[in-house]
Amino acid sequence: MADTTHQAFDPLATGSRARQFRAKFTVYALLVFFALLYLSPLVIIFMNSFRPLEHIVREGFISSPRALSPQYWIEAWSTFCIGGNCEGVSRYFSNTLMMTVPATILSTAFGVVNGYALSKWRFKYDTWVFGLITLGVFLPAQMTLLPWAFVLGKIGLSNTIAGLVLVHTVQGISFTTLFCRNYFVAVPDDLIKAARIDGAGFWRIFRRIMLPLSPPILIVCVIWQFTGIWNEFLFGTVFTSGANQPITSAIVAFSGSGTGERHYNVEAASVIFAALPPLLVYVLGGKYFVRGLTSGAVK
Amino acid sequence: MSSLAIRNLRKSYGSVEVLKDINLEAESGEFVALVGPSGCGKSTLLSIIAGLESVSSGEVAIEDKVVNNEAPKDRDIAMVFQSYALYPTMTVRQNMTFGMECRNIDKGTQAATVARVAALLQIEPLLDRKPGQLSGGQRQRVAMGRALVRDPKLFLFDEPLSNLDAKLRVEMRSEIKKLHQNVGRTTVYVTHDQVEAMTLATRIAVMHQGVLQQFATPKEIYEQPANIFVAGFMGSPNMNFFAAKYVNSAEGGGIVLDGGDGSLLPLPGQRQPNLRDGQQVIFGVRPEHFSPAHVARATRKGNPSVIVPVSIDMDEPTGSETILMCSIAGQEATIVCEPDEAPTTGTAIDFEIDMSKVSLFDPTSEARL
Repeated sequence: MADTTHQAFDPLATGSRARQFRAKFTVYALLVFFALLYLSPLVIIFMNSFRPLEHIVREGFISSPRALSPQYWIEAWSTFCIGGNCEGVSRYFSNTLMMTVPATILSTAFGVVNGYALSKWRFKYDTWVFGLITLGVFLPAQMTLLPWAFVLGKIGLSNTIAGLVLVHTVQGISFTTLFCRNYFVAVPDDLIKAARIDGAGFWRIFRRIMLPLSPPILIVCVIWQFTGIWNEFLFGTVFTSGANQPITSAIVAFSGSGTGERHYNVEAASVIFAALPPLLVYVLGGKYFVRGLTSGAVK
Repeated sequence: MSSLAIRNLRKSYGSVEVLKDINLEAESGEFVALVGPSGCGKSTLLSIIAGLESVSSGEVAIEDKVVNNEAPKDRDIAMVFQSYALYPTMTVRQNMTFGMECRNIDKGTQAATVARVAALLQIEPLLDRKPGQLSGGQRQRVAMGRALVRDPKLFLFDEPLSNLDAKLRVEMRSEIKKLHQNVGRTTVYVTHDQVEAMTLATRIAVMHQGVLQQFATPKEIYEQPANIFVAGFMGSPNMNFFAAKYVNSAEGGGIVLDGGDGSLLPLPGQRQPNLRDGQQVIFGVRPEHFSPAHVARATRKGNPSVIVPVSIDMDEPTGSETILMCSIAGQEATIVCEPDEAPTTGTAIDFEIDMSKVSLFDPTSEARL
């Protein structure tokens, strides 16, 4: 592979000075405008999570903050009452964590093995197996509610975090299998043949040759699964209740069905707690996500 | 003892038969080249020998043991791939030890073997690099090193030089030959390059459309090709094929070119075929078996020869030799001669044909007569 210098074409750097300036100005102005537009809900919620309730009530949601205090965050985390349960969001946060982490790991692990087997080992009806697994990608989640309710009831996992882990693992395998299989297809078959002649079997080839090539697609699977499962709402709401709910389902209680005073500031902090982990995962891993989706395995 | 034997081998994918009744035998230490155009089945045959593909019928035996149902790892073979197939995440050293690790060979032996093979191939400085940090020629060496650490019964090469540039290819070719002379293992070498086959092999198997056309020494393949396909495939520029008639005269058999002046080109005594008078034949002459009449190379060698008039249409000097596009009796022909012997384009001149080297083929069956 020869080193080549690649100069990207920059349309903003052509034409007269005045044109260059106008072009750049327009582009950056639009970018700033849309960035502000998309960031504004987060900023407003974030501001309100520090403001005393009386200020919010008196001056409205959008207003310059005065008398900031971190106490609403503490309250939201540990003592705030949600749906009659006064432990704050900490309980639901840990519910979600207990659901998301195992389901992400399991679905990714199954997906990598599936993808490897389906791309590198021919067996009878392998394309059918792959087709059926990936059918799950296109199947609306609502359609699976009743079958899942039946299954969870039969195996005694109704209203448990373990039940949600099972649901999310199985649902997620469709995606992770699709991602990994398409990634591994780009790995030359000759590598597998060479390893077979060298005497390696299915698992040794997987462990020593495929897995070391997998980090880009593993990152994609983990980010996709983690954010998807963390943010998932439907299964959590349908299959769990009370203290066993994931955080996304629990904070629905804010939507006004309750009586009495609304604690906008504490609720704002709670919402940020619920949104923070996927946000962090995207901020920290987004670069690898794009890289993993677009990269081939080897060259 | 035969090191590799393939008997009545057939391979089909669905209804498509890609290998038709292949029979091959390689003596111990032999270098067999499987050569043929793309899609002739040569790579499939190699995969079957390696155990990466199953057979539809027939058998493959390595050292007199039928291995049809044995896994690749149990056949005691080593293979070099066209793409090299080096494990990209392992260092060169790990690439070479991976097979030994799979076979549970102790670490000390592994290190000693790698050291020996690395010295043989002069790749010691590369041992701790990854394949991505190597040039094409270096990867090629490492791929051979990975095969050599095994010390197998059979080496298999699948077009190992086709990804190298022309100069490197010639270098590696002689290196493979040297290696084979040193190691002395039976080798099966797939290539589409007839020069590689000619230079490396002790015997060449020419394949076409799933059929083994001829299996013989390079000399025999070149001088006595079994049919028109082999004659045309081996040798560059191609052998000339002239439509002609066999004529039986008082002095013995001869050839009369179609479209010519009807003069008889007598065949030498040892090349008299058993044909009837007037039978249509294909008369094959290699480009280098022509020489200008005044040079008379065949006559000087004491070989029987005939003179034919040739008109030169175009010349292509390559430096070491000049290729002449010309017509003989109205039929197109290619002649190779030394640059300073080459006549100028547009002239008509007499050339001598070395009749001891010519071939005759049947126009319908295309087989050698």
